[in-house]
Amino acid sequence: MITNKKPRSSDTDSIYMKDDRTEMSEDDDRSPSPNSITHDSRPTRTYTTGSGPGTGPGSSSVPEYLAPCPDQVLENVLENVLLFLTSRKDRNAASLVCRSWYRVEALTRSDLFIGNCYAVSPKRATSRFTRIRSVTLKGRPRFADFNLMPPNWGAHLAPWVSAMALTYPWLEKVHLKRMSVTDDDLALLAESFSGFKELVLVCCDGFGTSGLAIVASRCRQLKVLDLIESEVSDDDVDWISYFPDTGTCLESLIFDCVECPIDFDALERLVANSPSLKKLRLNRHVSMGQLHRLMAQAPRLTHLGTGSFSPSEDVGQGEQGPDYVSAFAACKSIVCLSGFREIIPDYLPAINPVCANLTSLNFSYANVSAEHLKPIISNCHKLQIFWVLDSICDEGLQAVAATCKELRELRVFPFEAREDIEGPVSEVGLQAVSEGCRKLQSILYFCQRMTNAAVVAMSKNCPDLVVFRLCIMGRHRPDHVTGEPMDEGFGAIVMNCKKLTRLAVSGLLTDRAFAYIGKYGKIVRTLSVAFAGDSDMGLKYVLEGCPRLQKLEIRDSPFGDAALLSGLHHYYNMRFLWMSACNLSNQGCQQIAQALPRLVVEVIKHEDNLDMDENVDTLYMYRSLEGPRDDVPRFVSIL
Amino acid sequence: MATSVLGTDRADNYKETELCLGLPGAAVAKNEVETATKATGKRGFAETVDLKLHLQAKDGVMDLNENIKSITSNVKNHLPAVTIKDPAKPPAKAQVVGWPPVRSYRKNVMSQKNAGEEGDQKASTGGSSAAFVKVCMDGAPYLRKGMIDFMNERKLMDLLNSSEYVPSYEDKDGDWMLVGDVPWEMFVNSCKRLRIMKGSEAIGLAPRAMEKCKSRT
Repeated sequence: MITNKKPRSSDTDSIYMKDDRTEMSEDDDRSPSPNSITHDSRPTRTYTTGSGPGTGPGSSSVPEYLAPCPDQVLENVLENVLLFLTSRKDRNAASLVCRSWYRVEALTRSDLFIGNCYAVSPKRATSRFTRIRSVTLKGRPRFADFNLMPPNWGAHLAPWVSAMALTYPWLEKVHLKRMSVTDDDLALLAESFSGFKELVLVCCDGFGTSGLAIVASRCRQLKVLDLIESEVSDDDVDWISYFPDTGTCLESLIFDCVECPIDFDALERLVANSPSLKKLRLNRHVSMGQLHRLMAQAPRLTHLGTGSFSPSEDVGQGEQGPDYVSAFAACKSIVCLSGFREIIPDYLPAINPVCANLTSLNFSYANVSAEHLKPIISNCHKLQIFWVLDSICDEGLQAVAATCKELRELRVFPFEAREDIEGPVSEVGLQAVSEGCRKLQSILYFCQRMTNAAVVAMSKNCPDLVVFRLCIMGRHRPDHVTGEPMDEGFGAIVMNCKKLTRLAVSGLLTDRAFAYIGKYGKIVRTLSVAFAGDSDMGLKYVLEGCPRLQKLEIRDSPFGDAALLSGLHHYYNMRFLWMSACNLSNQGCQQIAQALPRLVVEVIKHEDNLDMDENVDTLYMYRSLEGPRDDVPRFVSIL
Repeated sequence: MATSVLGTDRADNYKETELCLGLPGAAVAKNEVETATKATGKRGFAETVDLKLHLQAKDGVMDLNENIKSITSNVKNHLPAVTIKDPAKPPAKAQVVGWPPVRSYRKNVMSQKNAGEEGDQKASTGGSSAAFVKVCMDGAPYLRKGMIDFMNERKLMDLLNSSEYVPSYEDKDGDWMLVGDVPWEMFVNSCKRLRIMKGSEAIGLAPRAMEKCKSRT
């Protein structure tokens, strides 16, 4: 049907409202529809004016039919087509074609992704994209997680939520990573978006159980409340009890990082009242007995975080506990298990009934040995994601390699994150995994010793690797068999793993390693470097050789101003560059700032070193449309 | 943070090539077990008392303060890195901030487990044995539960003396007293909850403190 598109103005908006509802998209409905329409099947958004089938009852528009000009026809067609574009990359490309495409793309985008909250202002984003349903915002740089950044650096949600409250009344989903979120922000969010459905907070802080309580009580359409590795302060508020008694639409409730105890009775009621609940990850204050009761209420769970996985203190030694094996047997849909925060290994066999179906298993807080692991893992044939502590030793990893042929992602965390200990996992485990798990795509491996040979083996055995992060915890450690730097190992990774986009290096590395990365790492987007390299050349190789590099984080490496300057051609293509404890001077950073006006160049000082001296402690720079931010704390200067 | 690293030095002694977040001119600590007193370890931004409603010991905060105070053994279970828990093990090598790159949350959880095992405690006791008190601040809408950092009297008093707010606390007898009027230890042992009130409201609290001191010491 050919329709005419009128320019939008406030007095004609009401006209659009009264038109035939079947042709209007969800956006223009003033009441949220009960069946949410997914993006894929979104109805067309057309504006109709005039008589004919397009005019609904009560229309006050003048019944006139204007022949649409070809441009407008094209725009309508374009709109209908662009609706189906979901990939951000494709949308960004489409928006560059011409003004018309830019406009239409902006109107049809429903998911807003902001990789750096300071790259664009809330006002600019909300002015351009007016029909957003879902917002993803990322704040602090990753190295802030390791205490390399003083607190109160920024990344406040407040200005964003204020702007969105005004412009996105139909906002449904907010996904935040490394942002500072206050209870007031959560309150505003809960009040402003009546159809709010999903809140996901990853590595966030600044809020407490009061804020959670407000969200629980006000967001009646809430389906997802996921708190992942966030810091939640204890305000002595029983937030779980604030969910409505009458029932919720909750599908996912993840709160394993919340350190405060919760009222179990309230939780049990909540679970009983949430028939759609599929994902439940409990915190460590939930005992096994309590877990058992919850599992009885929610047999259709697919993702379960088991809480402490140990009995509460008042269960005596000889007492007959509940039948945990049956509880797990009854939950036939479980594919993802985590938790085990204070695991008593004797109870581990209880999970046997679900092992055969597990695709994801997170033991990374469970201090289990190889002996405990083996009988369990030998049943996990479908496992794709496995997070574990190095307490399982090389032997445990061998067991994983023997069974988990479908493994895509492995993370081995250190039980003791120190540099000077023996360490239970080594190149032996890595080699075994490379031989057994050929489909591996992502690995994070903490160890105390490693060899080039094992890394080379992995590069050849696992050609699908996309993410390779090896952390040899002793700084500057060479190959412990040959005594050589780890250059060849990492070189092999970039050379042989043609799909590699993320790399984290460690151990003793010379400039040669970086030469390899620059030469072969053509699609590397994220690179993490620590205590590595010999000279400016190292960094130069990377900046000159890796055209896809987006995120570069470097600490304690001897790269100076000359190296920094060699990346001038590329910095506008990057999301950020972080360099701390390197050889940078104020002058060098100043040169960058002058050469690239659209780059925000932040020099972050240690709090007890606020005098301006020539050396730069930390450089954090990022492209931005806004220039220097206005919420700069005193320990940051923007050049 | 200039380093004199040349390829040839490396073979000799890794310590010389270690790069730390020290101030320029501050030599890399060779003999010190902990770098806590240097700029590296002492991330002073971890204040345990922050009148802007961060009045809590976030685990990470506690962690960092422990770094500073780990010389004294009156330390709770938190930090694996610098504290010397087992006298049979050699002293810990100087640790660098943020290395290995494990998030604070995970580090704290692990260190609790670590301590739990070494002390043969049941792991499920979880948290530390330090006291939690409810903290409320006039004018602020939210309560916080804060942990009293036993070692931080000076910091607390400095911070609060410089503002118009006055910290008062409710002790075991149910009396409201001014913080600072009784010796710190007595305060820590008897404090049940903390209220930070405006100076004008704190009149009349002082006299009771005197009596308590006399009756207890």
